[in-house]
Amino acid sequence: MAKILPKKDVVIIGLGWTGSIMANELTDEGLEVMAIERGPWRDAPTDFPPDYMQDELRYRVRHELFLRPDQLTFSFRNRIDQTALPIRSWGAFMPPNGVGGGGVHWNGEMWRFLPSDFVLKTHLTERYGAAFLPEDMTIQDWGITYDELEPFYDRFEYLCGTSGTAGNLRGRIMEGGNPFEGSRSRPYPTPAQAQPFSHTLFGKAARELGYKPFPQPSGNLSQAYTNPHGLRMGPCTYCGFCEWFGCSNYSKASPQTTILPYLVRKPNFSARDHSEVTRINVDKSGRRATGVTFVDSSNVEWEQPADLVILAAYTMFNVHLLLHSQIGKPYDPIANTGVVGRNYTHQTISSVNGFFDNKKYNFNPFIGSGSIGMCIDEFNGDNFDHGPHGFVGGGYMGQVQTGARPIESTLVPPGTPKWGAAWKTAVKENYLSTVKPGTGVHGSFYAYRDIYLDLDPTYSDRFGRPLMRITMDLKENEVKQNKFLTDKFAEIIKTMGADKLAIQYRTAPYDISTYQTTHLNGGAIMGTDPTTSALNRYLQSWDVSNLFVLGASAFPQNAGYNPTLTVGALAYWAAAAIRDKYLKNPGRLVDA
Amino acid sequence: MDKNRDDRLRFHRRELLVGAAYLTLGMSKAHATMIVGHLPWTPNAGNPPTAALPGPWMFFTGEEGRAIEALADCIIPPDPQTPGGKDSGSAIFIDRQLAGPYGRQEGLYVRPPFMKGTRSQGHQSEQGPAQEYREGLAALDRSCKARFEGKAFAMLSDSDKDAVLKGLECGEFTLDGADGKAFFAMVIRDVQMGFFADPIYGGNRDMAGWKMIGYPGSRYNYLDWVNRHNERFPLPPVSMTGRAEWTPQTR
Ligand SMILES: Cc1cc2nc3c(=O)[nH]c(=O)nc-3n(C[C@H](O)[C@H](O)[C@H](O)COP(=O)(O)OP(=O)(O)OC[C@H]3O[C@@H](n4cnc5c(N)ncnc54)[C@H](O)[C@@H]3O)c2cc1C
Ligand code: SF4
Repeated sequence: MAKILPKKDVVIIGLGWTGSIMANELTDEGLEVMAIERGPWRDAPTDFPPDYMQDELRYRVRHELFLRPDQLTFSFRNRIDQTALPIRSWGAFMPPNGVGGGGVHWNGEMWRFLPSDFVLKTHLTERYGAAFLPEDMTIQDWGITYDELEPFYDRFEYLCGTSGTAGNLRGRIMEGGNPFEGSRSRPYPTPAQAQPFSHTLFGKAARELGYKPFPQPSGNLSQAYTNPHGLRMGPCTYCGFCEWFGCSNYSKASPQTTILPYLVRKPNFSARDHSEVTRINVDKSGRRATGVTFVDSSNVEWEQPADLVILAAYTMFNVHLLLHSQIGKPYDPIANTGVVGRNYTHQTISSVNGFFDNKKYNFNPFIGSGSIGMCIDEFNGDNFDHGPHGFVGGGYMGQVQTGARPIESTLVPPGTPKWGAAWKTAVKENYLSTVKPGTGVHGSFYAYRDIYLDLDPTYSDRFGRPLMRITMDLKENEVKQNKFLTDKFAEIIKTMGADKLAIQYRTAPYDISTYQTTHLNGGAIMGTDPTTSALNRYLQSWDVSNLFVLGASAFPQNAGYNPTLTVGALAYWAAAAIRDKYLKNPGRLVDA
Repeated sequence: MDKNRDDRLRFHRRELLVGAAYLTLGMSKAHATMIVGHLPWTPNAGNPPTAALPGPWMFFTGEEGRAIEALADCIIPPDPQTPGGKDSGSAIFIDRQLAGPYGRQEGLYVRPPFMKGTRSQGHQSEQGPAQEYREGLAALDRSCKARFEGKAFAMLSDSDKDAVLKGLECGEFTLDGADGKAFFAMVIRDVQMGFFADPIYGGNRDMAGWKMIGYPGSRYNYLDWVNRHNERFPLPPVSMTGRAEWTPQTR
């Protein structure tokens, strides 16, 4: 039998980005908050100190900071008529594990979505007509607008100290920033990072081609910053061990650097690490959560009762826990009913490597940071006319020199042998003069009727529960989008002066063994209609009103940007709804 | 619906106990703690990397060791400026990796059933890397002996070695008992990984791989250099354990 703990006002499942934000907001409200985290407590001095954090083999190749598949994994297939097989070691994405969640080892690329992204279905239908969209595409509006979210984007940016150049300040287009961004109420808290050589070349080439390049908004800080909680961050040293790694410098925005030292001192906050929530408990009516059940590392099963349950376990584990707890109707793609598992999406990315004359170019490519960058946004969202191209969606693209760590970044021009003397010479001659963009093309991924999550009939986890099954493929719309964007990107790299290009388009089938960002979205989406969304516009479960589900699982489809700034802004938005509305009158915030 | 829910939960509870027993085997170091009032922090509580120890093979047999060293030198041949894969330690690197958690597939999902999937479904073999090396190297020597008058791979002339490897790469030289093409691709990846990983893991001896390409290693601060464009960074590499010149007594 589970041991029953004293009741709390709030229990939070997962202490990553959104769990930390919500814990901080609700403790400010005076509530007793308990956060339960599956992985260890992590911090710079113990887990990624400057004397051994620069270890490409350990952190990048062997994924030291990530979840181990034997603890929990997923099964995968491309199509409904195939048998799904388990992901035995990570490839397409890397699920976080431990306090700070993905915030520990993310790049820190901090993008706002476009105003039109939030009303995507309406916008595209009005501009191109419903018949322009593929028949099986299930995109929908979010139920929230950019203007409603703007103050919360601003809060998250000021929490993190984000470095960037404003492009649209209160409606005024600003030189040097992203002219396509939605109107922002304040400039970035800190100026953009310094740009290495390859970035300035990219900017110059982009301008020559008629684009308006700007520095990528970055959570790797250009200068020292003290955030609204009084926490101090240091300037990024461009160490080049950023994404996949933790920052020893307190320069990368993370729950550790921006929230936790402040939160942990509050007497009404407590947390448990190494404790995995296995179920959200509901009462007999099925409409009220009573708390959660979790298992700690000594195999003891506990029950933590609470009045309010916050699910903040990252997209995949949010959906997985909803399915196992039987909250919300599971999605059935054949009958086209149910909501949990519906509209699952990823990111459509690709890249182009440029090989330059080593007598003329030296990029010192090891100097970099996770989210430094020079980008253009001309081909994102609906910033260009899709009419002639026959697809919808788009993405940003840019040169992001994240630090050319040598196991992954010793590239050779196309046509070079993969081994032997010729390979060795080519590696030697090209390392310093190759442009290898961190992400390159960062495209949207729209939703489809037969791309979804459900429970696997064959494979189970260490508790004997069915694994969650991913059915995912790349559709013609995304493949066309990627071809179009990648060709534009290649043109810029060529204009920079590259002699040879290695162009890698994203093509079908979706491959679970190649990394394509850890930007997984959907499966428990927000919306205005309970038959097509699991959550209302405040991220409150339609079915269980004292359950809020944070994270990108709420995205109805994915835009051509990284998700986390929007994920964090939505967490602040949901927190405001709980503080201003829900606590005064607990119950459904929106009538269905 | 409610009845269903109850059944599911009961089923779940029974399975949970089985799962809990499994957990004890898997995670020994981890201890759940409760965090209240201050950041949990103890000085020097870190978990530094485990250095590869010098000495004899830990995973390979003598015969396998000869084969892997020969392979390492074909993949990264020595030249007047830079040692090859053998002398820079790539074979030692692979040996220590296979003898450790990587070779044992520690942390990976290894539950049955094992089925052959599509390419896009990723690696589905029951064998871990250690087993794949064991069988691959044995198959390579067997096939070479059959073809070249009883000579194992390491005994072949340089041109015969190259011909065998080119054949493996394009699928023309097949191995009996192993997928030669996949095996060779794995060896290429691992030999090159050893050449560029931190020397603490046994390869990249004296930072030979890093010196060759101009990589400064685990330096941590380029603030003075980010704005110096198209200028060669002048400092030599450092590894996690520093530079030999700094700590002569350790070498
Ligand atoms: C290598 C990498 C680079 C990235 N770069 C960027 C970037 O540049 N820009 C960007 O916008 N995004 C980036 N991301 C994505 C970003 O990390 C996530 O969007 C973000 O962390 C999501 O916040 P979250 O709170 O939803 O989940 P997380 O921050 O992942 O937190 C979830 C937490 O819940 C815990 N948990 C899960 N299941 C349970 C359970 N059953 N019981 C208890 N606890 C549980 C997890 O251990 C984790 O700590 C990157 C991700 C990765 C992996
Ligand atoms: S690149 Fe900057 S932010 Fe990233 S880990 Fe290094 S010092 Fe920290």
